[in-house]
Amino acid sequence: MDTKAHVDGVPKIRLRGLSKAFGDKKVLDGVDLDIRAGHGMVILGGSGSGKSVTIKCILGLIQPDAGTIEIDGRDVLAMGRREREELNDRIGMLFQNGALFDSLPVWENVCFKLLAQKRITRGAARDKAAEVLAQVGLAASVGDLSPAELSGGMQKRVGLARAIAAQPDIIFFDEPTTGLDPIMGAVIDGLIVDVVKRLGATAVSITHDMASARRIGDDAAMIHRGKIVWTGAAAALGNTGNPLVDQFARGEREGPIQMELRR
Amino acid sequence: MLNPVAAIGRAVLSACREVGALVLFALEALSHLLRPPFYARQFLRHLAEIAYFSLPVVALTAIFTGMVLALQSYTGFVRFNAEGAVANVVVLSITRELGPVIASLMVAGRIGASFAAEIGTMRVTDQIDALTTLSTNPMKYLVTPRLLAGVIALPFLVAVADILGVMGGWLIGTTKLGFNSAGYLKATLDFLEVIDVVSGLVKAAVFGFVITLMGCWCGYYSKGGAQGVGAATTMAVVSSSILILALDYVLTEMFFAQ
Ligand SMILES: Nc1ncnc2c1ncn2[C@@H]1O[C@H](COP(=O)(O)OP(=O)(O)OP(=O)(O)O)[C@@H](O)[C@H]1O
Ligand SMILES: [Mg+2]
Repeated sequence: MDTKAHVDGVPKIRLRGLSKAFGDKKVLDGVDLDIRAGHGMVILGGSGSGKSVTIKCILGLIQPDAGTIEIDGRDVLAMGRREREELNDRIGMLFQNGALFDSLPVWENVCFKLLAQKRITRGAARDKAAEVLAQVGLAASVGDLSPAELSGGMQKRVGLARAIAAQPDIIFFDEPTTGLDPIMGAVIDGLIVDVVKRLGATAVSITHDMASARRIGDDAAMIHRGKIVWTGAAAALGNTGNPLVDQFARGEREGPIQMELRR
Repeated sequence: MLNPVAAIGRAVLSACREVGALVLFALEALSHLLRPPFYARQFLRHLAEIAYFSLPVVALTAIFTGMVLALQSYTGFVRFNAEGAVANVVVLSITRELGPVIASLMVAGRIGASFAAEIGTMRVTDQIDALTTLSTNPMKYLVTPRLLAGVIALPFLVAVADILGVMGGWLIGTTKLGFNSAGYLKATLDFLEVIDVVSGLVKAAVFGFVITLMGCWCGYYSKGGAQGVGAATTMAVVSSSILILALDYVLTEMFFAQ
């Protein structure tokens, strides 16, 4: 346990009883989770278990049906619009599908938030974009392409560059390494760890890749049937003693989790 | 369930909810006109898209409309020995009615569809959510500049349509119907009143608002992947076309006394 978090006692993000249903399909059913400041948290769970929905609730993109979300001890669901926008200024997000703006060239995508906040001029944005693109292993010339001209993995990396360019305080990565080759995956993992160390940011990642989860996570949590069923150290993944988590981390067919038809 | 009164009640209620939501959507978009930041770059892009790139379509339809109008009214008036009124009928019909309606219907097909498709795609690929996480209000960035561009571009297009429509009538009048060129133009101008043109331009501004609003609204709330975006696009074009014709009557009624 990190002493600072101990002293404050206040987690960066605290979820209590978070619930969300789409129609009569309950996706989240009372999620409780604490995320420590300045650490990497990895969220695991089967496909369709509600990981992306959880993150979108924290970001204010989906309104939960019940429960509370606190960031830095403040209830975000009770915030006014202005306050919420100020909070969002300090948060970065990599969407699962990249969600790049296809009407804008890559460099404008990367520097979108800096431009929106007027922290940079359009003239300086190209150079800044080249610098951030280099961090994700892309050449400066990629900046002049349009997102539609990139491969899936390149789009993911541009999305990553866009998420970290404004140096946010909290960053969400929805499957940052899915669709990347193993070496590039390791490079991106290194980058995420670096962002946490260098910026002191809090990183919340969703991943299905256990090697990656151990690299980028200090803590890990597993979501199953709408609830958090386990939290612990990411390093322990694979032999946590929890049969659900161990089966999931080792990718075994036999175990308490049976493949079920998802609704 | 079998009670028809309840079914009608439900339908009316849901229609009211829909209209209420649309009005709130429009009001929120308009409220961003007053609060910075302003996205001038977006506005200019859409202005060019509507005003400049619709010019060929609008020009062609206006010319042909004027030509047909001259021919048809001549056919009718010749039976009363009133051929002299052709120029007047052409200019009145074009400025008050056909210019605004035909130009707007053409733009509804082009722009309503393209706005709904673009915003709808942004919705289903999380780009609208991404805007929110990138310190940008999606209504302010996507909707407000489009509405403003529509309200400004349509009167311009209709002014062009008015001129070209009259020219189309003049072309047929002088080449086919045996009118004297100067006489035809003089008859056109002598008869025209300011209100004829102004009422057409006011209609155009209203239609520009309707087209862009329906395009944005249908796109903004589209869901369900490519199919949903397709449905939103169809919905935008159909609903704005109907609204244009319905509002055209309402506005004509308002200007009728003049
Ligand atoms: N906007 C929505 N409307 C209706 N249902 C939704 C919506 N978003 C998500 N869902 C449903 O919620 C469930 C959880 O979705 P979510 O995207 O959170 O899964 P996930 O855990 O991120 O899965 P994956 O690992 O495949 O990305 C799914 O069953 C999905 O169908
Ligand atoms: Mg997901």
